[in-house]
Amino acid sequence: MNPRPLSPHLQVYKFFPTMFLSILHRITGVGLTLGLVAFTYWLASAASGEYDYGRALLLLGSWPAQVLLLGWLFAWCYHFVNGLRHLGWDASIAIEKAQVRRTRWWVVSIAGGAWVLLAWLLFCGRGISP
Amino acid sequence: MSLRSPLGTALARGSAREGVGHWRTQRTTAIALLPLTVWLVVSFARLPLADHASVTWWIGSGWNPVLLSLTVVAACWHSLLSVQTIMEDYIHQHTVKYWSLLANSGGHLLVGAGAIYAILRIALRGAA
Repeated sequence: MNPRPLSPHLQVYKFFPTMFLSILHRITGVGLTLGLVAFTYWLASAASGEYDYGRALLLLGSWPAQVLLLGWLFAWCYHFVNGLRHLGWDASIAIEKAQVRRTRWWVVSIAGGAWVLLAWLLFCGRGISP
Repeated sequence: MSLRSPLGTALARGSAREGVGHWRTQRTTAIALLPLTVWLVVSFARLPLADHASVTWWIGSGWNPVLLSLTVVAACWHSLLSVQTIMEDYIHQHTVKYWSLLANSGGHLLVGAGAIYAILRIALRGAA
């Protein structure tokens, strides 16, 4: 195929927080895709019996897995709240520059707050380790 | 009336005529995932996850297997479309892109089918 004209790319633009939130939406999305694999692994281990479920819990309870699970929880919080903003934009809601700047901070604080609260509910005291 | 030139059509430039469906399905699955994932996270917070009997009882009881399967379908579909978009954005080499897109579709179907099979195995255990 012939080379097609390319639009100017990242390096020619000044960095803005908007860019960070935008790429974070993709990064958390890809993270959640990997989380889907872990979720299926968890379901499959539960389906194949108590012994395999116990082994899966040992794996999911190890500290690298717990860090991953905390990461997936954050990814879900952020992708959910920022996704609401995206759905709003698709419906032409809050699409003005000032509104986008304002809702940026809503997304960061709501997602961050939900993450801390849910991490406390899901991990503290009970944990998932057997 | 088409605005595309005959040469453009012959060179396979321009719209593949399926962009709107992709866009709309991504949004529809996103909206479906809002209540479904909240339900899932709240359920996780309430479940004694270390207890196999409680977990499998919960997966198999009432509407839970239906809602779980819907969550899996919506999540896999949303994820498939999104990863496809990312691949189309960042992979420029034609052959690599082709095989990546194929692996993306296959991988998502495999994960989705595996999850639903596990849900059904648990839900139908008593019935078998």
